[in-house]
Amino acid sequence: MKIVGTPRRRVDGRAKVTGQTKFADDVVLPRMLHCKLLRASVPHARLVRIDASRATAHPGVHLVLTGNDFPIPYGILPVSQDEHALARDKVRFVGDPVAAVIARDEQTAFDALDLIDVEYEPLTTFADPEDSLANPTPRIHEYGDTGNVHKLVSLQFGDVEQALADADRVFEDIFFYQGNTHLPIEQHAAVAAKDPDGKLVLWSSTQTPHYVHRALAKTLEMPAAHIRVIATPNGGGFGGKSDPFNHEMVVAKAALLLDRPVKICLTREEVFYCHRGRHPVLMQFTTGMKKDGTIAGMHVKTLLDGGAYGSYGVASTFYTGALQTVTYHVPAYHFQGCRVFTNKPPCGPKRGHGTPQSRFGQEIQLDKIAEALTQDPAELRLRIVERPETLTANYLRVGTIGLSECIRRVTRAADWANTFRKLPHGRGVGLACSSYLSGAGLAIYWNDMPHSGVQLKLDRSGGVTAFCGATEIGQGSDDVLVACVAEVLGIDPLDIRPITGDTDLTPVDLGSYSSRVTLMMGNAAIQAAERARDLLADAVSRKLGVPRERLVFADRRVFDTEDPGKGVTFSDAVCLAEAAFGTIGTTGSYTPPKSAARFKGGGVGPSPTYSYSAAIVEVDVDPDSGWIHVPRVWIAHDIGRSINPVLVRGQVEGSVYMALGEALMEEQIFRRLPPRLSDALVHKFPSMLEYKSPTTLDMPEVFTELIENPDPRGPFGAKEVGQGPLLPVMPAIANAVYDAVGVRIDEVPITPEKILKALDAKAAGKAPRYGPSHFPDIPWPEPVRVAPPWEGGDGKAQDVGRQKEEGRSTAAKAVIRS
Amino acid sequence: MVQITLTVNGEPVDVAVAPYKTLLEVLREDLNLCGTKHGCELGECGACAVLLDGQPVLSCLVLGVDCGGRAVTTVEGLASDGRLHPLQETFADLGAAQCGYCTPGFLVTAKALLDEHPRPTRDHIRDALSGNLCRCTGYQQIYEAVEAAIAKGSR
Repeated sequence: MKIVGTPRRRVDGRAKVTGQTKFADDVVLPRMLHCKLLRASVPHARLVRIDASRATAHPGVHLVLTGNDFPIPYGILPVSQDEHALARDKVRFVGDPVAAVIARDEQTAFDALDLIDVEYEPLTTFADPEDSLANPTPRIHEYGDTGNVHKLVSLQFGDVEQALADADRVFEDIFFYQGNTHLPIEQHAAVAAKDPDGKLVLWSSTQTPHYVHRALAKTLEMPAAHIRVIATPNGGGFGGKSDPFNHEMVVAKAALLLDRPVKICLTREEVFYCHRGRHPVLMQFTTGMKKDGTIAGMHVKTLLDGGAYGSYGVASTFYTGALQTVTYHVPAYHFQGCRVFTNKPPCGPKRGHGTPQSRFGQEIQLDKIAEALTQDPAELRLRIVERPETLTANYLRVGTIGLSECIRRVTRAADWANTFRKLPHGRGVGLACSSYLSGAGLAIYWNDMPHSGVQLKLDRSGGVTAFCGATEIGQGSDDVLVACVAEVLGIDPLDIRPITGDTDLTPVDLGSYSSRVTLMMGNAAIQAAERARDLLADAVSRKLGVPRERLVFADRRVFDTEDPGKGVTFSDAVCLAEAAFGTIGTTGSYTPPKSAARFKGGGVGPSPTYSYSAAIVEVDVDPDSGWIHVPRVWIAHDIGRSINPVLVRGQVEGSVYMALGEALMEEQIFRRLPPRLSDALVHKFPSMLEYKSPTTLDMPEVFTELIENPDPRGPFGAKEVGQGPLLPVMPAIANAVYDAVGVRIDEVPITPEKILKALDAKAAGKAPRYGPSHFPDIPWPEPVRVAPPWEGGDGKAQDVGRQKEEGRSTAAKAVIRS
Repeated sequence: MVQITLTVNGEPVDVAVAPYKTLLEVLREDLNLCGTKHGCELGECGACAVLLDGQPVLSCLVLGVDCGGRAVTTVEGLASDGRLHPLQETFADLGAAQCGYCTPGFLVTAKALLDEHPRPTRDHIRDALSGNLCRCTGYQQIYEAVEAAIAKGSR
């Protein structure tokens, strides 16, 4: 291969370094107006009255919109259509939009917000999940599994109770993972306009133009064919621009009503309130181990603080329990998950979506288990790595697994054998591993259509244009698109023009989430390119009298592999094909394989294949101040195959960076304003100065190793890299802190204060740890029971009548055992 | 409105600015130079960095009216004679720009560093760039791009 695997300048590199990449706020149109949103100043209240008459009369104001203008709800998931563009009957968090002003400029719109009179009737504020669990009323939403519980999940694969009873040792640990936010440097922005035909165009910094397209059609009651959504390149996304947003609906509606372009750009404070970031998760891991160091069974409970709306939350809940089995072999597995509503900005998907929290718990617990069993944590993990090309207990079909090699590479690179438990007090190393999806196996909404489509246009100029709905959020999706096409057609990636993320021009791709783009778009691109290559090969074969199978496409030529001098240029090959077959255009598409899981809830977790990572982090901890310094991180990632190694390394290092922020400093947390103000529950520090994120001065040296073992399911063997490498870093840091100073910090962020508290506890003869010690009682439903593949299961839930019988017999057994 | 004359990317410019507008807003809104970005408009992220008389400043904290008679360099002014600045070449080649949103701020800040210290150490580069936040790269490929530009004889 000439292109794939060779370090290259990304196709959009020049635009980015010359400042010419056009982000959403760079879209400026004639006669454009500006929009500002009035956001709720109270966290939970009935909306009694809105009077916008003074704002409407303000000079320079063109329009004021309220909830009455948006009767139809929307939401990213079909099961939680619980948002309105502007609040109608109640507000659910400080920051919930209640009205919009459209004016001649931003300042005028901002000034007019003060002229809108809103009367609220306050309701009880739910600040944390235990509040919401304890108080079913007043309900934040009129839907959900019970009271203020949004979603309850219980999935059981095999007889976990028996497995734990039969285990030689059972370990039970409770962990807490604090919420944090994406903090893309680009604030969300959108511009809407009526095009000359009267149709709607929306430019937006969105990761999911296809889903925004659907949401606009629904809420505006317009034919989707009359709406065009253009995803401008995102100035960072990380999951935070994956929901359809209020501000997109508002400017779209305003542009239609006013017949003028309308722009909105959120302030940084508003971005913090938009959120959709990492769920705070309390979790309990109960793991049974056998004498030989293998896992007997595992029971995981998670409690997610969902914030005020559904967002991706149902999927997030399932994800906290989905991938434990993909990394290590778990013969019997029970997962219980609960998501509650609270009066805070909605949580959703952030890089790793729902899996970093439970990965943190699982990998720290494994470290504790290794110590209790006096085993080396790396050796222990090598023994339990899941088998490749197999079905897990919860019916996830795993492909290639490079995890063992990842562990061997990082332990060698970090000199693990001579450092673990061997460094002086205050210095330590920690290891952790992970796995992640290479694309969600199911779309957000149920359908049988492809997840990604690519069209190619080739013409007599020799130019190739590649069209795909995929969205460039910085990860390099445009580059993957052109690289795949260039490799097949034997031309230079820079010969190809990518046109992406435009619902009018490009075939549907579901969006930049779940690490799906490289695998799905890449496969679609290869199919389209191979179809084009076949047409060109036919025409060249006829012209040269060389059999098709002897033709090679390389170096912008098509030539005879047995006589390389005999050939034509790529442009001439296109001309020959255009003459022979007419206009040359091909398509390719990709649909993931059907999941083996056939039970309710089995839709979250399946992926065409999974990536694997292992990380070792070195820390220096000052026992007097608790100060933590991370000098070095070694990380190995099972990429399958690197399409462009420059970008792959960037994704690994960027993941390590973001993980360090989560592990050591980033917190999306809230406080009550003083009663003399309003007592409202507000973000503690919605600014980039106080929401601490790592700067150049905080970033360690990162040593990256890429494990290249092509997976036949990926394009040229490639798997994902955007999210997986983040996952092992947080627990590796916690494990390193333990190695350094002998205390367990069982929650993030790991701060000097928490380390000092744990050291004090240790000195006082108490448990040497800092973290939660209690998991609340939750009204779990009867589990969906599915027999694992090795017990003759077929992926379907067992018959309910039989389940009840079994439930009784299990209870009877439990009594006998006791 | 206040009439000012300043030099932008080597060219004299006359512009009438609203007295409350920041240099960032003057550049983006009045001069249509959208290469300079904003991430907070409070001086916290470094995305809006430009050079003012050769020194890096956060354009969201400078008033436009204070820039009369001064020289501003933005990302649009880094290339010359149709050739990219060596920093632009190496940032594009070596993965220093992922989403590209913070990139203009990093480029001008790095240029100011190299203009003053042609051979900075890694630590010196790290210090100079510590006011610019990047959420994509983890900074390592940015350091490498700056060092590669030094090797190319960047000025």
